[in-house]
Amino acid sequence: MTDEPKVPPEGSGAPGKPADQAEGGPSKPAAPMPTEPAATETPAKPGAPGQGAEGPGKPAPVAPPAAVAAGPPKAAAPPSKPAAPAKPAPPAPKPVVKPEPWSSPLVDELRKRFPGAVGDALMFRSQPSIVVAKEALIAIGEFLKSEAGGAYTFLTDETAVDYPKRAQRFEVIYQLYSFKLNHRLRLKVLLGEGESVPSVAGVWPTANWLEREVFDMFGVQYEGHPDLRRILLPEEWVGHPLRKDYDILKQDDAWVEANLHIKSGQ
Amino acid sequence: MPETTFLDSNELLINMGPQHPATHGVLRVKLKLDGEKVVGSECIIGYLHRGVEKIAENRTYAQFAPYVDRTDYVAAVTNGMGYCEAVEKLLGVELPPRAQYTRMILAELQRIASHLLWLGTHALDLGAMTPVFYTFREREEILKIFENYCGARLTTHAFRIGGLQYDLYDGFEKDARKFCDYFLPKIDEYEELLTTNRIWMDRTKGVGVLSKEDAIALGTTGPVLRGSGVNWDVRKAQPYEAYDKVDFEVPTGQQGDTYDRYVVRIQEMRQSVRIVRQSVERLGPGPIMGKVGKVIKPPVAEVYHSIEAPKGELGYFVVSDGTTNPYRVRVRPPSFVNLQAFDLMVRGHLIADVVAIIGTIDIVLGEVDR
Repeated sequence: MTDEPKVPPEGSGAPGKPADQAEGGPSKPAAPMPTEPAATETPAKPGAPGQGAEGPGKPAPVAPPAAVAAGPPKAAAPPSKPAAPAKPAPPAPKPVVKPEPWSSPLVDELRKRFPGAVGDALMFRSQPSIVVAKEALIAIGEFLKSEAGGAYTFLTDETAVDYPKRAQRFEVIYQLYSFKLNHRLRLKVLLGEGESVPSVAGVWPTANWLEREVFDMFGVQYEGHPDLRRILLPEEWVGHPLRKDYDILKQDDAWVEANLHIKSGQ
Repeated sequence: MPETTFLDSNELLINMGPQHPATHGVLRVKLKLDGEKVVGSECIIGYLHRGVEKIAENRTYAQFAPYVDRTDYVAAVTNGMGYCEAVEKLLGVELPPRAQYTRMILAELQRIASHLLWLGTHALDLGAMTPVFYTFREREEILKIFENYCGARLTTHAFRIGGLQYDLYDGFEKDARKFCDYFLPKIDEYEELLTTNRIWMDRTKGVGVLSKEDAIALGTTGPVLRGSGVNWDVRKAQPYEAYDKVDFEVPTGQQGDTYDRYVVRIQEMRQSVRIVRQSVERLGPGPIMGKVGKVIKPPVAEVYHSIEAPKGELGYFVVSDGTTNPYRVRVRPPSFVNLQAFDLMVRGHLIADVVAIIGTIDIVLGEVDR
């Protein structure tokens, strides 16, 4: 709070380059900044690698792909010295902070072994993510788990994100970790409504409950899952609450009435 | 001799919980028994599901911060720390050192408090009544420090995105040092009560064994993973805040049984004291907030950030669509994932060991169910 007003070059008035909050807040909190038009949707799809939307001097906040170290990379910020509290006169256009294409030997190897099954590979805040086709998911998982693929023996988390406006509305997300490389890797599978994705519980047994939760919350169907039932909600519940079209006040009124003997709780 | 007599027991299905004092909340376990032996189990969870992840999508980034305190409600400080750091990573904010060390001190004190609660109740579950009185006494001292710092004892909401809302109160350093001096001998006292206690060893050694391979395959983290002999701690492997600048060790077990996990947690408390001491020394004066705008509006991107919570790896996967509300917040709860190993750990043991194994995983149902 104290050092709020010493953010020199923010200048929320830069046309077209609103510099979304990478560091330093806008000095005038009232004015909502216009969102950058190109990046309204789809964080996973930044278009061609050489897209020209990058500002001068490559956005520094994104660390080079090789760096695996954790911790937020240095922000390309002005030094935090209490610079003269003069009004920020020249609003330098800031580079738009967004995920960058990730090229690494692993991606090349995957593309070579699984032609056509590996989509965008992106890097943001030194966190790589790769989009893979669901048909090849198990094979890619087995490969990544093997020594040759980097020994990603640890499935930290599996979850999903719902983008109802996209053709393939679900992104199923796998957070992998390799003890050998001390490296995290994010796999993504894009999935349309009504499609099913192969269960990775055979590759990483921890996926069992995690996939049950994704099924419970999003209604994503898993093929070959050993025990695909709801895990958090009651088994008879109708609806999948973490879908975007499930309103926050919505409930399964019939279930509530039948089991709790009250009208809907809201 | 006839093959079976009426004394032979057939398999019996019993239900434990959700209202059972040894399930640490509202865990319901279905147990399949052969006599007194457990041949199978199933955890039924969700009684405390509040839809925290859905709530996140309907709040701003700052508004959601207090909600994460209610997931693992006995370790609110570390929850808040994980969430704030995840958003900070999304924004690309760097914290001033004073904020980092303050966070580390409070988080390590919270780890001690969480382990103390675990130790007291775990021992109580196994029939050792004495430790709980002592551990709650020491935990109280930590909660007093929290209360002096931010006014709350349990759901602290101690941090803000970008740093701290409050600077440390006068005398905080003295309180923290005093607590460390006071607390270290107390750990010896607990160990005197339990570590070489014959009954304690009988009840915990060889109970709930989890091999190294199973621990990794089932995704366990925290003391459960380390008790099985895997030397892995997020604070060491992928340091956040200033954990790479302080000196501490990662205790591990060998057998992967309940006793080893007990020893690991006891040793972790000692290491936490070390971290607190070093961090207090390095608390220099300085700003407590990084450069964060009043309106938090991250770029269109997503990050996964995890910290070493008392129970294991607590991760937050935050997806931003460029607006003031998170598009999606996924909490990766250590308790939920660790609980999955329960079935494997409990098979073949006696029904009396079930409470030992529930206790040793150290679950909090608020976090399992969210």
